[in-house]
Amino acid sequence: MNTADQYLKAIYLAQRIEDGPASTGTLADLLEVSPASVNEMIGKLEDRELVDHEKYKGASLTDEGLERAHNALQTYCIIERFLANVLEVEEFRDEARALESVIDDTVAERLDTIIDRPDQCPDCFDAEQDCCELLELEASGRAD
Amino acid sequence: MSLGQRVSSDHQLTRLLQIGVVLEELVESRAAHHIDSLPPAERAEFDEEVEELLAEAAAESAEHRERLEALIDDLEAETVGYEEINALVDAQYGPPEDTDGVLYDQLANEETAYKFYDDLIEAIEASDSEFAVDRDRLLETLSAIREEEKEGVEEVTEIMEHRA
Repeated sequence: MNTADQYLKAIYLAQRIEDGPASTGTLADLLEVSPASVNEMIGKLEDRELVDHEKYKGASLTDEGLERAHNALQTYCIIERFLANVLEVEEFRDEARALESVIDDTVAERLDTIIDRPDQCPDCFDAEQDCCELLELEASGRAD
Repeated sequence: MSLGQRVSSDHQLTRLLQIGVVLEELVESRAAHHIDSLPPAERAEFDEEVEELLAEAAAESAEHRERLEALIDDLEAETVGYEEINALVDAQYGPPEDTDGVLYDQLANEETAYKFYDDLIEAIEASDSEFAVDRDRLLETLSAIREEEKEGVEEVTEIMEHRA
């Protein structure tokens, strides 16, 4: 997943958490980058008409941005589910975050053929918990 | 969240190699399922060329898997066994409609694997980290597998073109 898609996903989640435009501070926390980096990227996404930005309020996704954010979150959900249910990784959230930049959408689509993902994905993603609210975890770890 | 494509630890590298193993197991399992899924009448007509392609793909995947597993062994980790992945494929498998569908799926397998190794090599090259496995051997192994995946894409494309 490329950096722009990671930002769009973070804006989508921040908008859900804040129930309004995503603030620079929340995005910087979610993405673990500096506020200056966030502002620079928001500007680029605005130029590409994926994000609307209002000074002192924050960033909101456009329709096109929302569609891309949905796809990015689905890819992320596939990675989390694959780690949790196939590789049985306990720290699947942290590991998904570390791996998402290296896993391409096409690879995630292939992994999706062996995981059980609800039809309503990614609406069932719990932004606060950083995972799908319907994710069932196995009892023990395996491939560590 | 980690921004930027970079592999920065043995742990992360191991995970990615484990994913590589699963992708290879998927190719192997789906190829076997495709052959089994065809109705007997169509199976009789299933031309030798396609059957040979699937058999070769399965054998090549098994061999790639062994090479990845040797690296994972050096990183002192384990992999998910073929039977487990095969069971998961079994649970979700929907057979392609016809031989063309089988070929499209095979093409997607090869292209995905190529993209995966290409991204992984790039992410390793972008990193200054020392790994528990020799970097040259790691990159040589992955590059060789990537090359074979590229040849696989070309082979399927060629068959698809002359069948069209």
